[in-house]
Amino acid sequence: MTTAATVEEAAPQAGLLAAFESALAEDSRIEPRDWMPDAYRATLIRQMAQHAHSEIIGMQPEANWISRAPSLRRKAILMAKVQDEAGHGLYLYSAAETLGVGRDELLDKLHAGRQRYSSIFNYPTLTWADVGAVGWLVDGAAITNQVPLCRCSYGPYARAMVRICKEESFHQRQGYELLLALSRGTEAQHAMAQDAVDRWWWPSLMMFGPPDTESGHSEQSMAWKIKRHSNDELRQRFVDICVPQAEVLGLTLPDPDLRWNEERGAHDFGDIDWTEFHEVLRGNGPCNEQRITQRRTAHEQGAWVREAATAYAAKQGTEHGEVR
Amino acid sequence: MNPVLVSTALPLGDDALVLAQRLGEWAGHAPVLEEDVALANIALDLLGQARVLLSLVGDEDELAFGREERAFRNVQLVEQPNGDFAHTIARQLYFSTYQELLYTELAQGDSELAPLAAKAVKEVAYHHDHARQWTLRLGDGTAESHERMQRGLDALWRFTGELFQPVEGLGTDLGALREPWLERVSAVVRQATLTMPEGPDVTSWSAGAGRQGIHTESFGRMLAEMQHLHRAHPGATW
Repeated sequence: MTTAATVEEAAPQAGLLAAFESALAEDSRIEPRDWMPDAYRATLIRQMAQHAHSEIIGMQPEANWISRAPSLRRKAILMAKVQDEAGHGLYLYSAAETLGVGRDELLDKLHAGRQRYSSIFNYPTLTWADVGAVGWLVDGAAITNQVPLCRCSYGPYARAMVRICKEESFHQRQGYELLLALSRGTEAQHAMAQDAVDRWWWPSLMMFGPPDTESGHSEQSMAWKIKRHSNDELRQRFVDICVPQAEVLGLTLPDPDLRWNEERGAHDFGDIDWTEFHEVLRGNGPCNEQRITQRRTAHEQGAWVREAATAYAAKQGTEHGEVR
Repeated sequence: MNPVLVSTALPLGDDALVLAQRLGEWAGHAPVLEEDVALANIALDLLGQARVLLSLVGDEDELAFGREERAFRNVQLVEQPNGDFAHTIARQLYFSTYQELLYTELAQGDSELAPLAAKAVKEVAYHHDHARQWTLRLGDGTAESHERMQRGLDALWRFTGELFQPVEGLGTDLGALREPWLERVSAVVRQATLTMPEGPDVTSWSAGAGRQGIHTESFGRMLAEMQHLHRAHPGATW
């Protein structure tokens, strides 16, 4: 009996799977009400949650400099940027909601250490120039990763990414312009800019994830058209974009093996320290503890505010009910 | 330097700058993501107003980063530390109500501040609405939020009288704004099931003090943090 029931259930399932696969093959979008395999849904939730968490944790290293920005113009730019990141967090949590998971549930998982955020935010912003380096390199790497996501097979995610990428590319230009001003400024400012680039270059290259030979999720994500290019392809693209930009900046990239390879039509670059990458991922980066503690503290200290808002909304609802 | 603008644009510019600086401290610490967005947005509006106002007086960065504590003309209310979210909302309610009344008046006048006021009054109306809505939610939310909101209103009350001290050259009778301000604030407070603070709204020590360059202790520390980097690189451009 069990076998018969399974066969009966499997038949419509097979039809749904075929429809899903043909939608992928035609490059059309999967929408929230469309049937999708559980594993596709789970992969998207994991990736979108990680992305949303990265936006809100990513506010911290930059907000670290809002109070100290050295001119009012820079302060305004930085405030607007941090505000945009909170906004990106909101779009992404909303997009994830279309898959049936609420923001509260995802935040609980983040706070419990059961979902990740981008490891890059476990590095500290030590000087003002770090604000520029984060904009140029970290946002630059994020854009390289995210532009292909605008064509991701899941509609709400793809559409959120279109908007996010526009704002991110604005942030990247602002970061670059900040570094350019420092590089062309006083000797101390130039040194500050070079030091920041020296510290952020390698962690930025790690943002593309482990090499293709070791990347666990890549193959399935490519088949589902969630991911469109491999980690190594994107990393190479990023290096090739950055080299000429660094030259214009008048700053050097901290890699003695970095050189143009005529044959490949691309830059060769040195070996990435994957031990560092795995250590930071495991929680042993310079700021892992600090970042998650600040996030949890803000959430816990804000609990009474959220409870008040809920209680107030409930009272309003009741009162309106009584009036009617 | 136009002396009238020094005596009018500088105090109002300092109010906006200092409150923007305080609100900026919330980034990444707000109780809910929507408030990270909202408080940053309000801070940005205020910073924009400050930049216009300070630029009427001189170089905005020299004024923001180069002056000592005693040269700032902001009211003491805006420099008060954020405290908890209710404390920040109480500060917002008191100040945005004041700023909305003041900018409405200035926008109707023909002073050099009129164009800025006409633009800013729209922003400030939103700030006021934000503060009003949160005062209602917190006041009429839970027992804890009610108590915290009342504590915020009470703690900041003694800094409100200074808002209505005259500012020379402004062409607006600030004292006359006190009645409509009280009416508006108390309407929100009552609706939120809270009570209007009692006791003096100034102390003999603090009356008009911020406008005369007398500030509270935490202000010096706030300025030290704000100005440090700029001052560490004299003559540099950013």
